Amino acid sequence: MKKSHKKELTKGIFKENPTFVLLLGLCPTLGVTTMVSNAIGMGFSVLFVLTCSNIMISLLRKVIPDSVRIPSYIVIIASFVTIIEMVLHAFVPDVYTALGVFLPLIVVNCIILGRAEAFASKNTVFDSILDGIGMGIGFTLALILIAAIREIFGSGTITLFPMGSFNGVIKIPFLNVWPIRVMTLAPGALLLMGYLKAYFEFHSRRQAKKEKLA
Amino acid sequence: MTYIAILITYIFISNFILVQFLGMCPFIGVSKSSESALGMGMAVTFVTSIASVVCWSVYQFLLLPFELEYLRTVAFILVIASLVQLVELVIRKISPPLYKALGIFLPLITTNCAVLGIAIINIDENYGCLESFFGGLAAGLGFTLAIVLMSNIREKLDLAPVRRSFKGVPIAFVSAGLMALAFMAFDKSLLMNLHLV
Repeated sequence: MKKSHKKELTKGIFKENPTFVLLLGLCPTLGVTTMVSNAIGMGFSVLFVLTCSNIMISLLRKVIPDSVRIPSYIVIIASFVTIIEMVLHAFVPDVYTALGVFLPLIVVNCIILGRAEAFASKNTVFDSILDGIGMGIGFTLALILIAAIREIFGSGTITLFPMGSFNGVIKIPFLNVWPIRVMTLAPGALLLMGYLKAYFEFHSRRQAKKEKLA
Repeated sequence: MTYIAILITYIFISNFILVQFLGMCPFIGVSKSSESALGMGMAVTFVTSIASVVCWSVYQFLLLPFELEYLRTVAFILVIASLVQLVELVIRKISPPLYKALGIFLPLITTNCAVLGIAIINIDENYGCLESFFGGLAAGLGFTLAIVLMSNIREKLDLAPVRRSFKGVPIAFVSAGLMALAFMAFDKSLLMNLHLV
């Protein structure tokens, strides 16, 4: 793997993280992160749609006329969203119900249209795949981080998927009995997002200063 | 549900931005000045009201009879995208002053979660045609209320001494959180106290 390929893959995870740095796709970021399992479901749905639509758009980039490119992108994205909607409905109905209206809303998630417009329409298929996977993983990790903080403090549990004898819920002692309920409600999401964004800003500024000194 | 109950529900109890988190991107992006916030809010209200009715009709008269419910997402986003384009053309022709006020915001609205969100919620809640219209109107008004309040707060925040890491977007999120805390005072019991359910 060449160095530039590695860069395409890893840039989405920290340096150009779609959630914290680019501030894209905020609706699902705040809306579904009350439980870790929902965050994982949403993250992987976006990862799937983003990668597939990047491949499709990159393949068609020379065919689609410039004047109708946005509607064409939207139709391609909407088809993949419909696919993932049906798959989740059939195989993990719990997650499907929990995600509710946010699942069809992946269509208007700015990350996907943004990557289509800014990256996939100008680059080769392989680079677009890497970009899609990287951005998707960055988004998923951000969702899991927010959901974990909100769920641990807000209800004192970590909900994963049930496997074998493990029922899927990890209980945190103490917080389980006295949770800080506001964290799972709407205000908690906004406050947490503000503090996390402030931390990212602080971190990137310190990084820049360090690079200047070196 | 009566129409007033729908209005109160979507403006206050489940406000689109502060409770349901639909339409967060413009809420953070366009709320820097109160003038543009009002313009964006009005444009969204306009489009949500029309889009609700049109999407409802498309679902009832096209998708249901032909058993194409699974095409809902694709059909709605196409309808909304072309509707926004049409509204832009019509406004430009009929009322240039209104176009001047709303014009630059209209293209942004296609990818606003609030518009597609209310269209889907109308279907999920089994609303009728007029109920859908009021749902759309209320969603837009709730959006306008939140974004105008937010822009006023942000204009004040520009002059306030804020820590460097918190300047701009982070402090906007924190203030939105405090606003959401205030909106939690509105809940279902409000409807009961007003004898609307």
